[in-house]
Amino acid sequence: MNNLLSAFRLATLPARTNPFRAEVKAFLQSSLAPAPADIRARSWMGFNAGFSKKLAARGWVGVTLPAQYGGANLDAFSRFVLVEELLAAGAPVSAHWIADRQSGPLILKFGTEAQRQFYLPRICRAEAFFCIGMSEPNAGSDLASVGARATRCEGGWRLNGRKIWTTNAQHCHYMIALVRSSGEPQDRQKGLSQFIVDLSLPGVAVRPIHDLAGDAHFSEVFFDDVLLADDALVGAEGSGWAQVNAELAFERSGPERIYSSIVLLEHWITCLRSRSEASAHAATIGRLATHLATLRNMSIAVTAKLVNGESPLVEAALVKDIGTEFEQSIPAVIEAAIALDPDAPVDAELYRAVAYVSQIAPTYSLRGGTREILRGMIARGLGLR
Amino acid sequence: MFAQAIEDILKDRCTPAVVRAIEAGGSPAALWQAVEGAGFLELLVPEDAGGAGLPLADLFPILSSFGRYTVPVPVAQTIVARALLGSRFAMPGGMITLAAALQREASGAIVCSLTPYGRVADFVLARDGDALWLLPAAAARREATGVHSSLAATLRWPDESAVTHVSGAGPLLPSFAAALHAALLSGAMNRVFEMTLQYCNDRVQFGKTLGKFQAVQHQLSVMAEHVAAASMAAEAAFHTDAAAPSLLAAAMAKSRTSEAAALVASIAHALHGAIGITEEYDLQLLTRRLHEWRMAHGSEAHWNAWIGNKVLASNATIADFVRSV
Repeated sequence: MNNLLSAFRLATLPARTNPFRAEVKAFLQSSLAPAPADIRARSWMGFNAGFSKKLAARGWVGVTLPAQYGGANLDAFSRFVLVEELLAAGAPVSAHWIADRQSGPLILKFGTEAQRQFYLPRICRAEAFFCIGMSEPNAGSDLASVGARATRCEGGWRLNGRKIWTTNAQHCHYMIALVRSSGEPQDRQKGLSQFIVDLSLPGVAVRPIHDLAGDAHFSEVFFDDVLLADDALVGAEGSGWAQVNAELAFERSGPERIYSSIVLLEHWITCLRSRSEASAHAATIGRLATHLATLRNMSIAVTAKLVNGESPLVEAALVKDIGTEFEQSIPAVIEAAIALDPDAPVDAELYRAVAYVSQIAPTYSLRGGTREILRGMIARGLGLR
Repeated sequence: MFAQAIEDILKDRCTPAVVRAIEAGGSPAALWQAVEGAGFLELLVPEDAGGAGLPLADLFPILSSFGRYTVPVPVAQTIVARALLGSRFAMPGGMITLAAALQREASGAIVCSLTPYGRVADFVLARDGDALWLLPAAAARREATGVHSSLAATLRWPDESAVTHVSGAGPLLPSFAAALHAALLSGAMNRVFEMTLQYCNDRVQFGKTLGKFQAVQHQLSVMAEHVAAASMAAEAAFHTDAAAPSLLAAAMAKSRTSEAAALVASIAHALHGAIGITEEYDLQLLTRRLHEWRMAHGSEAHWNAWIGNKVLASNATIADFVRSV
């Protein structure tokens, strides 16, 4: 059997995650304010610092970080369960999401002890929200062509350039930015470094970008002679590319990549249960349930590899590509199903939810690496490149 | 342990030439004797009854290898049939296949239409409500499907006189039949993927191997995704401590593998070009089966509707429903 395919053998969540899941469900029952489906469908685009603080008070922000830094010290299986329940409920997790998933683990792995002690407890208390500074106007999928530059100066670094499509930059405290610290653009992956940029510093300007759904969840960030202290550098100078790839492995390997449209699917099924024509849609629902169950098992197989200390980069890319295809198919088939009979009344909340998810769904296969980039990674994993 | 031993025997005894000869009407006796002699048929029979007492999870890779080697005898079905009939049953020798359908005609005739391996099987095990019917093929008229090289056939008995009734295990037949075909499909799709990847690494056009073209790489990546997903769904049906797969897990396994089968066959043939549809090239042994097995015991269209009605009838959220599979 091919090595990549043989990696997908069934793994199961350990039984100890069952009581944890019950705790999470009980927390959500008591702490998550009711909201209509089109609001809950925003889930990991939904910024709500108050909810993140409540979650942090329960100990569930920075869940995989060690206790000495205020983390819950839970393994990837428990994080899987937490994420699964938060997304299924449509909880607004965007405020702390990036820090919990990737910035915190990145600082833990590559940061100095002083950086860990400063940032990680703040992350775990939901007092420090992070955003990701990767894309630029001329560096999208071709991330190695970033043009933002940090130059050495007295006491630290001087940062110039701009980042774009940065989720929540207007609400966040820090950005971990990938910028050039030496060499020239033609040096590509060499000479890149990651810096923690305090977004309140002079010279930082954030311009929110309005999207087609009426939200402004991402933004453009300008750096004009921003002075960074020496300790803004995270990890080794020039190691930015390797660090970013480790970070993307955190970003791609979670169950986020199969649940983006789950609130819409749930609400559609709920609406159908009281309708006589429900069985006309049974095959559509059965297909989606089958795909979801299968993708979930694939995602758990990737999680098991993380727990075993492996770095399942290609496996995560594979699950993300097929997972986003599934997530994007949900609004497409629900649109068709809702309008099967033009004379039938349509639930207003469902109508708004399907419109929102349809409009935002193209981003599912952009964020964290496009379809084409992921398929190239899979091809490399198959030995073709 | 068993899986590797079985793979070794299949490699030696179930070559593409053997498969072609049996499909062309040659005797399956030598291959069947090799399978039976190695003790394959008693894998699910409890150890205290002289079998291997294999857990279902360990059966999965074995059934997959039957798909991978396009085994032209109903060995997977016979293993399951022997488990369903129970160790106290006076087991007949020979090949037992599982009926995909059982109809009584007005004349009193019994018909099992489009029965997998109906051309070669000695017995057909069918479900009649809660009961099982064991029907000797020798008493039936076998009607070939007319599909070139297919081993499926419709079997027709003039009346019920030849039936041996066995009470109890009827409801387990559909879940076993769906799950075992999912495993066969998974094994065959993995082999189709390997052959296609190898072909793309060997075949040169425009001065480089096909696998160096980005358009080809992306097709292979998509194929890998669907083979991985289908195999995961098939394996999940066998992940149980129970004596049989649950019907819901088997339904999802058959649905997911059947859906992937059409796509995987299509990409494999597209990338192979014309050589892929020739008789002499082995891909056809696999892709003909992908289509036949997709339809056997319910396609994805059948099972999706069944699963969807289960979701609609349940009070659970969709997330909790899929976790309960």
